[in-house]
Amino acid sequence: MTVKVFVDMDKCQHYGQCCFEAADVFELDAEGKLQYVAEADDSRRDDIESAADVCPMQAITVE
Amino acid sequence: MGTVVIVGAGLGGLRAAEALRTNGFTGTITIVGDEEHLPYNRPPLSKEALYGGVDVAGLEFRRKASIDDVEWRLGHGAVASDLAARTVTLADGTVLPFDGLVVASGIRPRRLQIPGPQDGRQVLRTAADARAVRDQLGPGTHVLIMGAGFIGCETAATARSLGAEVAIVAIDEQPMIRPLGAELGAGMRRRHEENGVRFHLGSTIDAFAGDGRVQAAQLSDGTELPADLVIEAVGSVTNAEWLDGNGLDLSDGLLTDSAMQVGTDLAPVVAVGDIARHPNALFGSVPRRIEHWNMPTETGRRAGATLAALLAGDQPDRGPFTAMPSFWSDQYHHKLQSFGMPGVADRIELVEGSVDGPCIVEYHDASGLVGVVGVDRTQDLAPYRKQLAARAG
Repeated sequence: MTVKVFVDMDKCQHYGQCCFEAADVFELDAEGKLQYVAEADDSRRDDIESAADVCPMQAITVE
Repeated sequence: MGTVVIVGAGLGGLRAAEALRTNGFTGTITIVGDEEHLPYNRPPLSKEALYGGVDVAGLEFRRKASIDDVEWRLGHGAVASDLAARTVTLADGTVLPFDGLVVASGIRPRRLQIPGPQDGRQVLRTAADARAVRDQLGPGTHVLIMGAGFIGCETAATARSLGAEVAIVAIDEQPMIRPLGAELGAGMRRRHEENGVRFHLGSTIDAFAGDGRVQAAQLSDGTELPADLVIEAVGSVTNAEWLDGNGLDLSDGLLTDSAMQVGTDLAPVVAVGDIARHPNALFGSVPRRIEHWNMPTETGRRAGATLAALLAGDQPDRGPFTAMPSFWSDQYHHKLQSFGMPGVADRIELVEGSVDGPCIVEYHDASGLVGVVGVDRTQDLAPYRKQLAARAG
């Protein structure tokens, strides 16, 4: 099982709040732009859902 | 398992409901809201929603499947409660019995008594408010914003981008001075001035003038300003009146312990979000209300766990609550972001950059670093956040 992660980059404002919930999945690069991995192990689901919860723009979808 | 009533259908109420389920509560959950809408995200109301139109459905929070069975009672808020009888009374007369209560009724904008016409005075809290502002805002509109906090400043930036003429009137000496301090506040003021906003600081409004509707404002310094639309962002008051008569500490919101439980023997009651005055062990023992966007989620998680435990006959976790307060703001193309409690600092130090450009500012008190604010430096704040989190010991 894996978790599919999608960030709507039209909504994302690169606040990086998600990075503190799941640092292995979400990261701000040196220019401050959000980078993320689109698929993660199911063991990461809770933290990834937390990341989606704390997104100020509600830009993160988890499946 | 019994019944939980959650008063408040905003982010805090939503997260508390989800946390009740996560923590094993399988009983009935009823969520009461005074607006007609399911929980939606408010920060875009001063920004994106004023550009593109107010699509509340598009602003709704995702709701976890675990709360698909909650009963939503929307459109009639709570007007009274009797904790001894364990009931909440709604504006339409409905009386809801409960075994556990979540107070998530939040805040509303403070209104000032100012003589003169009242039509044309607007606050910005709900989707309906944003629609009203949107309808009255356009190129050349003279917008007068009362208050230089985040909502006032964000709305000013948005109104300028829409071509309105914008003046900010505020009693403070700099915009956003309480969280940012005078120096960075002045830097933000200059950014606004470069974008054409006019400030009247250290001033209040004595009266509005106009024929049936506001057309001008008379300031305490004698200035008269044209005003087609007045947007009032001068702080907030808690929606706590419905809790009167139960012997609760409502001196500034509703006082809770570190588990977000309210001190009463009458019923299991927890509070979340803007209304909850709670201790945060990162910043000493003084309980505070923190009106930052991330706090309803943090307090909702804790309160839901506490109430689930209480209703199961278990002891809740009363260990320290150490959620990291954070705020962020978009003004023009500038991004402010903060961690901690910069507002409680007594010493402020610019550590990188200039307050007129990208910068990082540290906020200290006798205990050390208590907050950090970055402007256009979001990607560089993680080490500061880590340092602040380490205050938990």
